[in-house]
Amino acid sequence: MLRLEPRASHSVLAAWLSPLVALVMTVITGTVIFIAMGKDPAATLYIYFLQPLVSASGLSEVAVKAGPLVLIATGLSFGFRAGVWNIGAEGQYILGAIVGGGLAVFFHDSTNALLLPSMLALGIVGGMIWAAIPALLKTRFNANEILVSLMLVYIAELLLVYLVHGPWRNPQGWGFPGTRTFPDAAVLPVFFAQHRLHWGLILALATPFLAWFLVAKTRFGFRVRLFGSAPLAARHAGVRSTRMIWMTLLIGGGLAGLAGVIEASGTIGQLMPNISPGYGFTAIIVAFLGRLHPLGILLAGVVIAVTYIGGENAQIVAGLPKAVTGLFQGVILFYLLAFDLVTRYRLVFRRERGPEHA
Amino acid sequence: MKILHRVAVALFATLLSFGVSTSASADKTKVGFIYIGPPGDHGWTYAHDQARLEIEKELGDQVQTTFVEGVPEGPDAERAIAKLAQTGHKLIFTTSFGYMEPTLKAAKRFPDVKFEHATGYKRADNVATYSARFYEGRYVQGVIAGKVSKSGVIGYIASFPIPEVVRGINAFMLGAHTQNPNIKVKVVWVFSWYDPGKEADAAKVLMDQGADIITQHTDSTAALQAAADRGIHAFGQASDMIQFAPKTQLTAIIDAWGPYYVARTKALLDGSWKSQDTWDGMGAGMVVMAPFTNMPSDVAALAQKTYDDLRTGKLHAFSGPINDQSGKQVVAAGAVADDGMLAGMNFYIEGIDGELPK
Repeated sequence: MLRLEPRASHSVLAAWLSPLVALVMTVITGTVIFIAMGKDPAATLYIYFLQPLVSASGLSEVAVKAGPLVLIATGLSFGFRAGVWNIGAEGQYILGAIVGGGLAVFFHDSTNALLLPSMLALGIVGGMIWAAIPALLKTRFNANEILVSLMLVYIAELLLVYLVHGPWRNPQGWGFPGTRTFPDAAVLPVFFAQHRLHWGLILALATPFLAWFLVAKTRFGFRVRLFGSAPLAARHAGVRSTRMIWMTLLIGGGLAGLAGVIEASGTIGQLMPNISPGYGFTAIIVAFLGRLHPLGILLAGVVIAVTYIGGENAQIVAGLPKAVTGLFQGVILFYLLAFDLVTRYRLVFRRERGPEHA
Repeated sequence: MKILHRVAVALFATLLSFGVSTSASADKTKVGFIYIGPPGDHGWTYAHDQARLEIEKELGDQVQTTFVEGVPEGPDAERAIAKLAQTGHKLIFTTSFGYMEPTLKAAKRFPDVKFEHATGYKRADNVATYSARFYEGRYVQGVIAGKVSKSGVIGYIASFPIPEVVRGINAFMLGAHTQNPNIKVKVVWVFSWYDPGKEADAAKVLMDQGADIITQHTDSTAALQAAADRGIHAFGQASDMIQFAPKTQLTAIIDAWGPYYVARTKALLDGSWKSQDTWDGMGAGMVVMAPFTNMPSDVAALAQKTYDDLRTGKLHAFSGPINDQSGKQVVAAGAVADDGMLAGMNFYIEGIDGELPK
């Protein structure tokens, strides 16, 4: 039998080395794959990992992709630390976009400067409302928050589809799904005319620093950590589990909702059937890849964004098929997570001496 | 050993070669394509890719083509489009409806690049739109189905409730009605353009409900193959799919984009490219029917005659009188539906069961 046992002591050195080893292994594997595909491995790896980071447009695109991931993952990390499993950030993101973006649909010819801040606030509220449902059901009826939050994703998706096909459909849109495009007053301004980087992304990428302060320096952060690692001790110390479930779900939902409205306003500029390429789910990977640490999440979000964009660049510049770029992204994630696992657990071989089958 | 050596050299080169960039073959005009699915779907994307190859064949000495496959409709699309523009592509075909706003946004950032958006309705000085009158093919399929179906129930797998798809369902029904006034069309919406698993499931559900002919507005061969498994008839979509179901396919609508793509590329090369809207059908050869197979010769003859009449303009698929579901007349006897009504069609005609998803 092969078993995983937690290591008794955590090596700080190993924790730092593991991503580096993963990177080296990725480069070796990538080299083999690209040679097998008949591509120049050096040039292809360059396109993959460095090209997105060496130009202003590349960096801007990394921010566009990483922004929502980091914002959602930061919110989720509170719940995951406390053992509250909110899997439905995708739905909370969509609700944020609907509630916040809905304001821009109703005031589609407004020039009021208050429109944008109100949308952002409503986006947070929308996400929170959607996260409050699993919180309520969990604390009242002990319903499993994993299932409830996940199933609410599908409801949110259908609600969005209903709105953009039905009551919120652009009356000048020939019957095609999608709302009117937002007025200028409802669009997060970009920094440079030729790039997509906008203020919402700065807000998103700054959130982990705020979260880091909250986790490391406040009593609330301490309680979250305590609740996750030692629930009984936490209860003795007076941490109420009901309150903890509510707080962590609302933070997760609120930030996911904010990400949704930021994406709708800044990056898309309208509501339409597809406003998320699965950000709410990818953010779960980002949260764990970043070891639930706010700054780790920032880094992990950037890594994931780079692999997406690098994969696309590899299709365009190096002519690699999407299947290979997807495979390579899987390789990266595999190494990162595998080496992270072996730094914290060790493999143990042991004969099973279980009871005879009767 | 030799491979190890190559790997080592490549690794070393990777670490040194941060400044490397791939050099495209000199002087050729670059034409780019954004695909919603993989070229191997043997449907929608396959047809566009065949047309891309036609450009290479006809103008290969002056033109080099690139494609990005599997680009989701949504915030990611603009990045992929912009990346093509940044890497020197002068003409970019974006081949799905959901790329409309991303194409327009990218076009604003790259005024010197020309864009061609398939099936959309918004244009700009450097954005042209084009589509094909697929509904003419649907009408022919309806005529065949009305004649061939024994159960009088047709299964229709639909993607999204947009005018393009609704128009197809209505045209099919109009054609079927000419042969069998009692025929029923059952519609299942899968809310995806390409999802072989869902498409096959939908086909099975429809067959369980008594459908003995399957047709689909989705991109894979899955529905056709599911029909083949049960030994009933079905239609191919976007390309001739006869090789996947030699005893099943009655005919297929073939999207023949090649001549249009070649003409537009030539226009770019000689400087005559202008933004315009193209909506061609059988008359211009943009919609072609695959051979009429697996049906009695009298039905094949009837199908051929319908095809010829549509092609020569003797027959219009939407000829009055046509009533909508509520019984209200939308096209008077002796008249035909104008392009405005067709382009924005968001209602079922009389005789179709069920409601359009809103």
